[in-house]
Amino acid sequence: MSPAGLVAEATNPIIRWEWVVEESDQIRAAIVEHLTLTVLALALGIVVSAILTALILRFRWMSTPITATTSLIYTLPSVALFALLAPVFGNLSRWTAVLPLAAYTLLILVTNTVAGFLSIPQPVRDAADGMGMSPIRRVWTVELPLAVPYMMTGIRIAAVSTVGLVTVAAIIGQGGLGRLIFSGLRRAFWTPMTVGASLSILLALTIDAVLLLIAAWLTPWQRRKRTPES
Amino acid sequence: MAGRWVNDVAIRLTDVTKTFDGSSGAAVDQLSLDIEDGSIMALLGPSGCGKTTTLRMINRLIEPTSGRIEINGVDVMSRSPQELRRGIGYVIQQVGLFPHRTIRGNIATVPDMLGWDKGRVNDRVEELTTLVGLDHELLDRYPDELSGGQQQRVGVARALAADPPVLLMDEPFGAVDPIVRTRLQDELLDLQTKVRKTIVLVTHDVDEALRLADRIALMNVGGVVEQLATPDELMRSPANEFVERFVGDDRGLRRLALNMVGNLPFHQGPIVAHTAHLSEIEQVLAIESSDWLGVTNGERFAGWVTADEARATMATGGTLDDLEPRPPVAHVEPSDTLRAAMELIMVSNSSVAVIDDGGRFGGVVTLEDIRRSLAATGS
Repeated sequence: MSPAGLVAEATNPIIRWEWVVEESDQIRAAIVEHLTLTVLALALGIVVSAILTALILRFRWMSTPITATTSLIYTLPSVALFALLAPVFGNLSRWTAVLPLAAYTLLILVTNTVAGFLSIPQPVRDAADGMGMSPIRRVWTVELPLAVPYMMTGIRIAAVSTVGLVTVAAIIGQGGLGRLIFSGLRRAFWTPMTVGASLSILLALTIDAVLLLIAAWLTPWQRRKRTPES
Repeated sequence: MAGRWVNDVAIRLTDVTKTFDGSSGAAVDQLSLDIEDGSIMALLGPSGCGKTTTLRMINRLIEPTSGRIEINGVDVMSRSPQELRRGIGYVIQQVGLFPHRTIRGNIATVPDMLGWDKGRVNDRVEELTTLVGLDHELLDRYPDELSGGQQQRVGVARALAADPPVLLMDEPFGAVDPIVRTRLQDELLDLQTKVRKTIVLVTHDVDEALRLADRIALMNVGGVVEQLATPDELMRSPANEFVERFVGDDRGLRRLALNMVGNLPFHQGPIVAHTAHLSEIEQVLAIESSDWLGVTNGERFAGWVTADEARATMATGGTLDDLEPRPPVAHVEPSDTLRAAMELIMVSNSSVAVIDDGGRFGGVVTLEDIRRSLAATGS
């Protein structure tokens, strides 16, 4: 009735709490690994996307090749990409997982950051120049802060999708909570799968909430908009 | 042409030309202009006349192709653009406040860059807030929380922060509604009496230029000055057809907006003291050929009575005090424009407005007075 034991008949409950208690160390390690992969991938993605964004803003013609490349990466199936990189970096290297994860964030991060800088009203730039700000000062003290809301939106989307993709990295022996999910599926033992799945969802929601708070804290002017009397 | 102002020229443009890349004609062509220290010069003209380009060459946001621009005798090209701009106030139509900085932070932009210490910056911000008529409570708000008019005041305060001798304003009141615009214009004039900056104002609005400027450079497409004149000269004797068309058919009416009631020759009108006798009353009525009589009580204007009422009272042995004079429907102040006075007279459906000079009777204005004043200066 079931194919080759991958999904065996479930004669076990969705969750067995004794297992959770017994394996709490393994679960904790999986969470830490999941978080580590997510943060590393995101950090690398942010650094690379910052460079790409700077290139696009400086040389507009670079917009097309950069967007095309990052879009292409984004369309690659993640399982295929992990599988292809495994022989290059070795199955057990963390970078085998981090590099593709970071690559996937680029399209979202670059698109949002560029949009952030392009959203800055020309009069604001004009005023900054007219007040005697140097271009470098203008970028750091005016343009960057004003691009932050867009950048944070990009980072939130990228973070949530990375948390999801990390689970897939389990196929190359990485993947934090993904490993719990896969091992549960393989053994037709639901508990690790349930734990892995629900914790990865919880992790995604938590990271999103934390980033939302950080964004609000970074952009106090965004909170207090109202339409005043003249 | 410079001769007259040679001693107190703040900004001098000599043969300034700007040709943009890929454009066949010049945006500004061989422009020479002297701007007197402490005066307001309006660069007026249709779009494409190079007025904004001219303004932006003064603070080097645009570099001239050729020619020379000096501020207080110093060639602007000899200074670094940043250093130069920190010494020139700059106000633009869309204000361009920094949305992520509080009002306080916005006003402090240039002093912060100049490295002023905190206390000095703070004092200056407070001072400017009062100067431009902003509520101090707004200082810790963000620009998006302010109205257009308030934002524009912040823009002016920010431009004045480091007390620059020169202020460049590019259509500063173009984005606010007409009522707020008029108020801001009044405030600017009021401010100017206190700070005496050399202001270069770009505008396409004839009325704004007439209201604000000491002198107007009316520019035409291609960056040439068609006429350089005081507002009154520009209205009275347009140099050519372009100027005539640009300032419009209602030049006479516009000139009314330039003259104040207080500048008219004093006109007593059919006015008598409340103690006046009949003979005196009849004499005034005859001279002024009026059916109405204004009654004063000391320095105050008490109101109007009709000639018939006055005669009737006198005939029964009474005095003007026995009548109850009607309060005037139209009264103006010496600082009001002739245009305002005329409008008031028309709207109130009377023929005369009483001048109220701080509670004292200051004479009357009739339509005839207004007409005569235009003829007198309009040689």
